[in-house]
Amino acid sequence: MLAESLFFSAVLFMIGVVGVLTRRNAIIVFMCVELMLNAVNLTFVAFAQVYGVAGQVFVFFVMTVAAAEAAVGLAIIIALFRHKQTVDLSNINILKG
Amino acid sequence: MVHNELPLFYVFHFYLFGVIAIASALAFVTRRSPVAAVLWLVNTMFSLAAMYVLLDAHFIGVIQVLVYAGAIMVVFLFVIMLLNLGHASEINDARGLGWKLAAGLVGLALLAQVFALTRAQVPEKLALPENTVANQVAAQGAIAPIAGPLFNQYLLAFEVTSVLLLAAVVGAVVLGKRRESAHAR
Repeated sequence: MLAESLFFSAVLFMIGVVGVLTRRNAIIVFMCVELMLNAVNLTFVAFAQVYGVAGQVFVFFVMTVAAAEAAVGLAIIIALFRHKQTVDLSNINILKG
Repeated sequence: MVHNELPLFYVFHFYLFGVIAIASALAFVTRRSPVAAVLWLVNTMFSLAAMYVLLDAHFIGVIQVLVYAGAIMVVFLFVIMLLNLGHASEINDARGLGWKLAAGLVGLALLAQVFALTRAQVPEKLALPENTVANQVAAQGAIAPIAGPLFNQYLLAFEVTSVLLLAAVVGAVVLGKRRESAHAR
């Protein structure tokens, strides 16, 4: 099942990348990042079946980082929304010269 | 599940959940309403959990449902509703043609990598004997094979994770707090 898992995971990752590049809603972009993390998790689990259970431990850590990232990222989005009244990324260009 | 030759039942369900995951992910990136997008992403995560179970990672499958589908996506829904962003018509948020072309190119490059990857051979020297993980799970239960390395080999990483979580909690509170000047207005 390794090749199949890698195939599904790569397609999911690709969908996530395309979503990040084509959407402007900050929350949707953020969820695409979560989708990419999930795709990588699938790779880890698939390899864990062949190379030993350590891959599943890494998935554990990835999930922890994803949870922390979701908390901080959503707080940033809320702070941005308070500042700009929008989550449209093309309007959030404070760093543009 | 211990298997020498994969039964059709197993293969069928693996492909079924893979196709569901990809279809839901496609629906997720194309929805205009953020709420619908979240629900499709939850669907993707449920089918990924099913795939984890089929790949002998029962505990990870449960954690996927509890943490990802149950907690992280609910936080996303809360934020969407808190900021009142649920209306699809207000944000028509597809980017322009240049971005779509760039995304298409990156997507094609990644697809090319898929085909390179599926042709790659696993180094035999590193691979464990077949069904090792399945036998481990059958012998020790679903959690013990993960808990062993987590609390021995990767103990330092586990402890450092607590610092990361503390930093995230403090950061989220600081970022989410209203400034005093904002109160005044």
